[in-house]
Amino acid sequence: MLELSHVHKVYRVGAFGGGRLRAVRDVGLTVEPGEVVSLIGESGSGKSTLGRMVLGLTRPTSGRIAFEGADVTAIKGFRAKKEYHRKVQGVFQDPFSSFNPIFKAERVLSMIRSSYFPGVSDADWRDRVTDSLRTVRLDPDAVLGKYPHQLSGGQLQRLLIARALLLDIRLLVADEVISMLDASTRIDVLNLLADLKERGLGILFVTHDLSLGTYVSDTTVILRKGAVAEKGPTRAVFADPRHPYSRHLLSCVPRLHRTWAEVDADLDRERPDPVVPPAPADEDGPVPMTEVGEGHFVGADQG
Amino acid sequence: MSLRVNGLKVHYRTLRGDVQALDGVTFSLGDGEIMGLVGESGCGKSTLGKSLIRLDHRMHHIAGSIELNGRDVPIGDDAAMVPLRYHEISLIPQYAMSALNPTRRIGRMIDELLRSRGVRPADRADELRRRLELVGLGTDVLRRFPIELSGGMKQRVVMVVSTLLDPSLLIADEVTSALDVSTQRSVAESLVEFRDRGHVGSMVFVTHDVALVHQFADTIMVMYAGHVAEKGPAADVVSDPRHPYTQMLLSALPEAGEDTGERLRGIPGTPPGLLDPPTGCRFRDRCPMAFDKCAERPPLVETAPGHWSACWKTEGH
Repeated sequence: MLELSHVHKVYRVGAFGGGRLRAVRDVGLTVEPGEVVSLIGESGSGKSTLGRMVLGLTRPTSGRIAFEGADVTAIKGFRAKKEYHRKVQGVFQDPFSSFNPIFKAERVLSMIRSSYFPGVSDADWRDRVTDSLRTVRLDPDAVLGKYPHQLSGGQLQRLLIARALLLDIRLLVADEVISMLDASTRIDVLNLLADLKERGLGILFVTHDLSLGTYVSDTTVILRKGAVAEKGPTRAVFADPRHPYSRHLLSCVPRLHRTWAEVDADLDRERPDPVVPPAPADEDGPVPMTEVGEGHFVGADQG
Repeated sequence: MSLRVNGLKVHYRTLRGDVQALDGVTFSLGDGEIMGLVGESGCGKSTLGKSLIRLDHRMHHIAGSIELNGRDVPIGDDAAMVPLRYHEISLIPQYAMSALNPTRRIGRMIDELLRSRGVRPADRADELRRRLELVGLGTDVLRRFPIELSGGMKQRVVMVVSTLLDPSLLIADEVTSALDVSTQRSVAESLVEFRDRGHVGSMVFVTHDVALVHQFADTIMVMYAGHVAEKGPAADVVSDPRHPYTQMLLSALPEAGEDTGERLRGIPGTPPGLLDPPTGCRFRDRCPMAFDKCAERPPLVETAPGHWSACWKTEGH
C-alpha cells in the first residue's frame, strides 16, 4: 500500500543555506493494509522526517514514496492534497498543542465536516461522530462540549485518532503518539492502534521506545543517522538483532524483569556475527542491505 | 538513617483553594540508599523532590517534619535552608539541559557558583577535573559554552556540578527523561558510581519509568495522588508488588522484545483532583478490590522487612 524506495532527504542549513544536513539516507520500506510498522530510532535518526514525508508535509530530496501505486511527491495543488489526506492522516506527539485552547475540543471534528463533508446532514454527522468516538472508546458525553484543558492527554490523543477515523483513512502515521501519556493510559492507546490494525488500517508507528514498538508492530525498522540499520519481522529483530547498533540499543533499554547485566550477558553469548559492511562513501548513492533471514535485513555501518 | 520524612504535607495555594499535592508522606532513607520515586503525572513526586530542598512561592508547608542525619531540616524557613542547600542537599533539576547559564563558559559558571556558596574554586578544582573524567568528559568542557555541548554532555556537567560539594542527599528529578536510551543508561550508571565512591550520600531519583529505576535503585517508592502507596526493595516491588495500584501499573507496561501476543490492560479512570480530594484511599475509585473500609485512609504498614504498603487488603492489616 505504502512503498518507500531509495528515499533521501537533505536539509539546507546555515545562514545562507550553504550547509547540508543529511536527515534520511536511502530508506526503503513498505506498509501493507492491516500491518503496523514501527520506525524506531534515537533523536536525530530521521524517523520523524520520514513520517512527515509520508504525510506530504516535506518533500524528499530524491527517491519515490508511493501510496497505492501513485507517487506522493507528484501530488500538487490544494485539491489533490486534500484528497490524499482523506486517506492518509497523522497524529503527533503532543496532544495539548494539537488543539486550539480557546475553542472546544470537538472543533477538530467539526473542521473535518466543513472541509470534507459539507453535504452531510446534522443527524447523520452526529451518528458518524458517535460512531468514531465509540471506536476509540471515548464516551461522547464525557468529551463533547469540553475544552482541551478539561480533558486528559490520553483522551485528547484518542479524540485526534477519532478525527482521523471520520475520514476514509487507509494509513495512519502515529508519530510518538504515546510518549507524553502516563503508563496507565498509554496501553489503552496502544490497544486502540491494534484494534485499528484489525480493521485493515496500515499504521506507521514512529517511536523512540523499543518496548512500545515491540508491543504493537509486525515489522520493525531501526534507523540510525537517517539510514536503516536493521529491518525485519519484529520477532526476528528483537530475538536475534544482527546489527551492532541494534544490539547496543537493546542492551540499553531498561526492562522490568531483567537487569542490564543479564541482558549484556545474553547478548555476549555466541551468536552469528555477520560482518557489517561500511557505508559507501557516495552519500547520494544506495546503501547495501544484507539479508540474514526471511525478510530480515541488516544495513551498512554508519560509523 | 540519613533521611527521615514524617507526615509531610505540602499544599499549593491557588485562587480556588489548596491543592493537596503532598498529604502526609512518611518514609526514610538509609545511608547510601538510592530510592526511585515513581508515579504518574500529578501524583506529587516532583513536589516531594522539591520540598526536600526548596519550596517555591506557591508551595506551603502545612505539617510534618524532615530530618537529615539527625538534624531538623527547616523546610518552611527559606533563609534557614540556605546553608543546607548545595552543601548538604543538592538537586539535579528536571530540565538540567537549560539549567546552565548560556552566557558563561562552564568553568567560569562553576567558579561563580562555588564562590557564592563560600567555597574557594581552587580547593575543588582537582576534584572537579577528576569527576568530569569519571563521567567521560574531558576538562576542555570547562572552556566551552553550554550551547556547544550535546544534551547528554550537559546532563553530565550538571550532575558533576550538583554533587561537587559531596551532599548527603541528592535529588535527581527526571534527569534521564529527555535523553536517548543509550545515554540514559550511561547517566544512570554514573549516578551509581558517584554513590559508590561516596560523592553523594543517599539519592532520591524521581521518574515515571519503573523499568529504568528498577535497573539501579536500591528501593522504589510508588506515589499516588499525594499519598505513598508502597515502598520496598526495588526487586521486591517489581516482582511482588503489594499495593493494587502498583500491581496494575506494572501489568500495563509492555516489555521490549517480549511478544506474548497477549493484550495488556491499562487502569480505567483518572486520578482524583487534588483540589478537593476524596477521603480515605485515593485509589478507591479505580481499584477493583475496593470495599467499604477504603473510605478510611489505610495506614502505611510494613508487610515484610523494609516493604511498606498502604492498602487495607494487603496482609498485616
